[in-house]
Amino acid sequence: MAATHTPPARRRLTWLGLAPFFLFALLFIFLPSASLFVDSFRSPEGHFTLEHLGGLLQPPIPGSYALSIGVSAFTAVVGGLLGSLMAYALTAGNLPRWLRPLTLTFAGVASNFAGVPLAFAFISTLGRTGFVTALFQDLLGIDLYDAGFNLYSFLGLSVTYLYFQFPLMLLVMVPAIEGLKRSWREAAESLGATPTQYWMRVGIPILLPSLLGTVLLLFGNAFGAYATAYALTGGRLNLITIQIGAQIRGDVLRNPNLGYAMALGMVAIMAVTLLGYSWLQRISERWLKDTR
Amino acid sequence: MRRINWFAWLWFTLGALYFVLPLWGTLIFSLQKRRGVLSLDAYSAALGDPRFVETFVFSNFMAICTILASLLLIVPTAYWVHMHLPRWRPVVEFVSLLPFVIPAIVLVFGFIKLYSKPIVLLGIPLFPSLTTSNLSTNLLLIAGYTVLSLPYMYRAVDNGLRAMDVATLTEAAQSLGAGWWTILWRVILPNLRTALLSGALLTFAIVVGELTIATFLARPAFGPYLALLGNHRAYEPAALAIVSFLLTWVAMGLIDRVTRGTRDVVAGSH
Repeated sequence: MAATHTPPARRRLTWLGLAPFFLFALLFIFLPSASLFVDSFRSPEGHFTLEHLGGLLQPPIPGSYALSIGVSAFTAVVGGLLGSLMAYALTAGNLPRWLRPLTLTFAGVASNFAGVPLAFAFISTLGRTGFVTALFQDLLGIDLYDAGFNLYSFLGLSVTYLYFQFPLMLLVMVPAIEGLKRSWREAAESLGATPTQYWMRVGIPILLPSLLGTVLLLFGNAFGAYATAYALTGGRLNLITIQIGAQIRGDVLRNPNLGYAMALGMVAIMAVTLLGYSWLQRISERWLKDTR
Repeated sequence: MRRINWFAWLWFTLGALYFVLPLWGTLIFSLQKRRGVLSLDAYSAALGDPRFVETFVFSNFMAICTILASLLLIVPTAYWVHMHLPRWRPVVEFVSLLPFVIPAIVLVFGFIKLYSKPIVLLGIPLFPSLTTSNLSTNLLLIAGYTVLSLPYMYRAVDNGLRAMDVATLTEAAQSLGAGWWTILWRVILPNLRTALLSGALLTFAIVVGELTIATFLARPAFGPYLALLGNHRAYEPAALAIVSFLLTWVAMGLIDRVTRGTRDVVAGSH
């Protein structure tokens, strides 16, 4: 390493090379978030208080957290299941080989296709006059909206979020399934295991940490989302991100400190989620290391 | 003969349908502006709107500024960590992943709280409010976008540096008399081309249609324009959704192209 050749006097200054990065992080990550967190513990007169955190228990805020957590958990689990099943189909399902690069590229695009355009795509598809809504009406004689479906509801928002959740799962699971060693499968087969037994007893247990970790990642992905929900429902669904947005605009609650507390709560949930993710990631690396 | 796996085909078909139907629906919808026939009217109306051109140009400009700022910040940092402070890698990596923990809406909330008032430290005004002039608000927007790009950009550059022998290259350049700047600009950067390009394209895909930060900083960007258009037009938003999808496809296709399948940078994951 070149560092060992650096004379001591200069070595003491090497940390300066990281100064711009940490200064940037201080100004645009740490200070802005810290200023929110500090003020969620401060009364208007400047004293320490837990009143604002207590305010998180007043309606409608618990409902907003519950809705955000509900949508995120639902889309993470369903997206995780569908993504894994499709990843299985692509890797171990004897499908024509050319389908794979095509699907993976498509998934790469879809997982990045979020926000306002995604909301528009689903309005054109499953809105009241949407393409699939009309298809159901014409082919099956079912009026989706009479049947209780509504795009601007929990289910509608979830179906929309799945469009970026499901491909993300697919993109993570395809390499993970490929990381399973051939010798494990051969060993199982030589001991007389059926493919189902192999998957239930070997494949899935090994993949489980990485699978659960990615589900947590999907949860965080949906939990922080604002643009898609806003463009889709115009703020009619009371997600926690929508509540914070309304708070920034200054048209509800009339207590800015409560807004800071809501932001603090969001970051706390995100932090726990991502800690869980990195823990599971480390477990899964134990098995999947050096296999690629 | 290969056995047909019906279970695999079932899930593949369901997944593929779910991928394709919304796009197909949006495409068909976007072509129906003129009653009874398929036409490109919605596209010409949407793309011909001067507000579209203005906001789209603005967002592209912001994207370019963000990419430059992000590169300027991260390439020297990642290089420095590699060469001199390998023990700091976990710390820098941790900071670069923080944007995953702090959602954009919380970030912009903090920005507004902190920077919409003059910054005063111990009674001394350090700098004025950043949200009063267009220029300084744009700078704040670029800073926010740079934060959003951090995880992807750092990861791309770090992977690029790991893939080459930085120490040997640096020592070779040093022994030929090159200074730090020359080393970075003429030796390291050309070798990082692929990594930088994929990081830049991903940043571009994130920034151009971004809504949250741009809305709350009241910037005339493409995302807020699109959201507004959705409130009072039917076919034009569908047309622009298709255009956005194609743009995302182009960006992702280019990443695939330059990295030739070695890519592992995916939005939302790391």
